[in-house]
Amino acid sequence: MEQVETIENNSKEVVINIQHVRKSFGRHEVLHDINMELQKGENLVVLGRSGEGKSVAVKCIIGLLEQDNGIINVLGKEVKTLDENSIKSMRVKVGFLFQGGALYDSMSVRENLTFPLIRVLNIRDNKEIDKRIQEMLENVGLKEAIDKMPSELSGGMRKRIALARTLILKPEIILYDEPTTGLDPITAKEISDLILNLHRKYKSSSLIITHDMSCARITADRILVLDKGIFVAAGTYDELEKSENELVRSFFK
Amino acid sequence: MGRFFRNIFKVGFEWNEFVRQCYLIGYKSFFLVGVTGFVIGLVITIQTDPTMKSFGAQSYVPSMVAISVIREIGPVVIALICAGRIASGIGAELGSMNVTEQIDAMEVSGANPIQYLVVTRIFACTLMIPLLSIMGDAVALLGGFTGENIDGHISLILYFNKSFKYLDFSDLFPAVIKTVFFGFTVGFIGCYKGYQSKRGTEGVGDAANSAVVYTSLWIIVLDGIAAQLTNLFVYQ
Repeated sequence: MEQVETIENNSKEVVINIQHVRKSFGRHEVLHDINMELQKGENLVVLGRSGEGKSVAVKCIIGLLEQDNGIINVLGKEVKTLDENSIKSMRVKVGFLFQGGALYDSMSVRENLTFPLIRVLNIRDNKEIDKRIQEMLENVGLKEAIDKMPSELSGGMRKRIALARTLILKPEIILYDEPTTGLDPITAKEISDLILNLHRKYKSSSLIITHDMSCARITADRILVLDKGIFVAAGTYDELEKSENELVRSFFK
Repeated sequence: MGRFFRNIFKVGFEWNEFVRQCYLIGYKSFFLVGVTGFVIGLVITIQTDPTMKSFGAQSYVPSMVAISVIREIGPVVIALICAGRIASGIGAELGSMNVTEQIDAMEVSGANPIQYLVVTRIFACTLMIPLLSIMGDAVALLGGFTGENIDGHISLILYFNKSFKYLDFSDLFPAVIKTVFFGFTVGFIGCYKGYQSKRGTEGVGDAANSAVVYTSLWIIVLDGIAAQLTNLFVYQ
């Protein structure tokens, strides 16, 4: 299959720009020359089967992995060339929701949310910390879980708390790695609705990696379909629903 | 190693986490180290007593126990016990955090996982293991006293007088210095193995296991080097 045009020609500000990115693990090339743009205020969904390199792409964007070739620009800065301090500053503006939530399991919910406030924003005022925590827990509908440990939370609750922890730094861009994976359909829909509501509230730009069509339908302004390391389709949910591409159609069945 | 030393001197040392680690590493090992120390002193006394008696040198048993425990057996055995309990614990904890992407989560949030997780644990081990070792040595002397009193009778004051008669600063100082290195090794290898663990639950098991194996090996190697250096610079 051939790579499709994934970059929209309009005058909107671009917050993430990926050009000709390749990434291999040993002899296995996961990403073959991918190109994409995330525009300011946009909800972009990257759809693809498991193992197609979606998570690898998003980890390259945040600098957890380094691409072999190509350029990744985040908020106008090339990630590969950033030093330790610059990458730290960049990460404050880019939130990342991990697939499993990645809550610190030796800390309570309150401590999980306090952790980035103290260490990244250097907020020491307890009133200010409490105010921010309450606001975020209210956003995700889990005010009552404030003193619970992660082991006491269900999968959906863990995702919500992880989302609250991501949002507490008020990032400009949020990267979601499979936000609804492993959840029942009702909880998955709740998380997708939550992503959309928070996107509207905070006007952030989001890149959502998923293979869940329900999540894509609720959250996406635009969808890119990744297959064998290249983007094989691009468009809105409605456009892709009518696609004649066999792989794209299989997602809608 | 480089990232650890770079982060030592960065602003914002994690005092709360350091104190918590000191509690987990030090206080929580208190009982294990105490029992180990007591048994070491007791067994050495019981095993050597008949032989020393046959040479008519029974009165030297407390001194012999004190010198062997403080110079060599105490620090090494207690460091090996700590390798089993602490290095494996750190390896498994950080390995598990790695597998569940908690370390990545710290990193992408802009926090510094090396400073929070690694520097605090290594410093806590470097401080607490020498203290545990000194405590273990003291308990071992009590074990020796108990051993002496199984067959005969000796007062505590007399026992300790005899124990310290042939001990001097040159016995204690090198022993304490080497436990500082043992402590650093326990913390460093535990953190390294946990931090470098491969993905999956098998990786966590491997991290814990190899942390114990490598720490034990390095403790033995360091002890050999310490013995040579002590002979060279202290006893000559």
